Amino acid sequence: MIVLRHKVRKGSFSLDVDVEVPDTGITGVFGESGSGKTTLLRCIAGLEQEDGLPVHKRNVGYVFQDPTLFPHLTVRGNIEYGARRAASHRVDSAPVVDMLGIGDLLDRKPDSLSGGEAQRVAIAAALLRSPDIVLMDEPLASLDRRRKDELLPYFDRLHDELAVPVIYVSHDIDEISRLCDHLILLEDGKVSACGDLFDVISRVDVPMLSGQNAGVVLWATPIGHEDGLTRFDFGDGDIWAPGEFAVDRNPMRLRVAASDVSIVRERPSQTTILNVIRATIEAVHAVDSATALVRLGIGNQDLLARVTNRSIRRLGLKPGDRVFAQIKSVTVRH
Amino acid sequence: MNLFSPLWLSVQLALVTTAVLLLIGTPIAWWLSRTSSRFQPVIQTIVAMPIVLPPTVLGFYLLVLLGPDGAIGSWWVQLTGSALTFSFSGLVIASCIYSLPFAVQPMQNAFEALPQQMLERSRTLGASRLDMFFSVAAPLSLRGFVGAMVLSFAHTLGEFGVVLMVGGNIPGETRVISIAIYDHVETLNYAAAHRMSLVLLAFAFITLFVMFAVNRRWSSR
Repeated sequence: MIVLRHKVRKGSFSLDVDVEVPDTGITGVFGESGSGKTTLLRCIAGLEQEDGLPVHKRNVGYVFQDPTLFPHLTVRGNIEYGARRAASHRVDSAPVVDMLGIGDLLDRKPDSLSGGEAQRVAIAAALLRSPDIVLMDEPLASLDRRRKDELLPYFDRLHDELAVPVIYVSHDIDEISRLCDHLILLEDGKVSACGDLFDVISRVDVPMLSGQNAGVVLWATPIGHEDGLTRFDFGDGDIWAPGEFAVDRNPMRLRVAASDVSIVRERPSQTTILNVIRATIEAVHAVDSATALVRLGIGNQDLLARVTNRSIRRLGLKPGDRVFAQIKSVTVRH
Repeated sequence: MNLFSPLWLSVQLALVTTAVLLLIGTPIAWWLSRTSSRFQPVIQTIVAMPIVLPPTVLGFYLLVLLGPDGAIGSWWVQLTGSALTFSFSGLVIASCIYSLPFAVQPMQNAFEALPQQMLERSRTLGASRLDMFFSVAAPLSLRGFVGAMVLSFAHTLGEFGVVLMVGGNIPGETRVISIAIYDHVETLNYAAAHRMSLVLLAFAFITLFVMFAVNRRWSSR
């Protein structure tokens, strides 16, 4: 476990964090802007306070929101900058260059790179420092949708192939659900929840996760293709999702937002919605005067549905009821 | 000989001054560009003073300070046995103070243009502060260094008032080219004054021209 214990005051804002995160996998730090996410990373890196161990002696790999490569060096010079100053050389250059697909860029100057390419180079530079921990501060936030989609597969590979722990800051719940294994919720400089991603992300008692960001992540195995869709087995039934994903035995992550789930008493006979799943109501959490989040059991996993209190009254929904969940859209990790 | 001795002295003074200013101006410029200290505006003002101060005023205070009875001058006499005023060493000190803003400001501007995050990145990649300065900040501030060197050199070459106050007019020691020109005019030797003035005029034009041309090429890249 890695202990993160940081206390710092900046004007009216104060950060007070004391949590343990696993020393493997990617730990997401999720919070609204101003919640102290970046400050937390800067504290870990030693950039925030002058006292304590100086920045260059803390073996961290920091990936900033903007890549800000060194313009006077080539891509090769940039990725070797950290390696040359590294205390140990546990990470080899060739596999990192290969993993991030920057082999063809090595002799170019940073000003000729696209935003996505530059960010990949910045990540390579951070990794080749052979850090004990990698800190990523919204590395995708400065990119447009297309560049982001282009870059995300590299992050999937990072997740699968990297041995160092990563702390990944983001305000995008989709990015977090796709990449992270653990999750820290930061609210106003304090940790409001912390733990396994699948557990934390479906919590309804945390304000940050009961609004727009409410939803769950399901584990499901791709088992077949039809009409440009992939059929996933989530253990107690099937879910269809757009895209053709390799059919193997490895489960994948499906993100289902609560706002994309509705509840019907009887299975509709004619509907455009593909995914209608048998479910049991486990709990109803009122969010505000108009809406509620309903936790639905589908076998071993849960769904969350955002519905109005009015509908709950009209249909007389209560825990224990057997219903159907209609899922309007599903996001797949890879 | 008449032409070259004062010119050579001026060039020597300018070279030494430029070298010293590069050494002491760089840390001052770095501090001014990066600090959040509340003393920054005060130090900034003190450094900039020679731009607006009449050279005779600056020269007068320096004369008092560097003279054998002055705070620095008496210490120098104890140390070396000779006086700072009316000597080449005294001229160097005076020139350094007089030209300080011309060295500091181009460097400070260049340092201020460096993105803070780029510097922080180099620290997280394992560079100490000094390493960061030489591996990232300095190579990206070449323009500032060149500007500082050209301006300090040219400004020192043309200085008159401060030299006259502190250095006087000792051939081979403190008789720099601008003093020599003044001398020639005083003695109505206009031909000699013309020769020397023309050298300075040409020099001023060439330096500025080269600097602007280089700047233009740099910024169009």
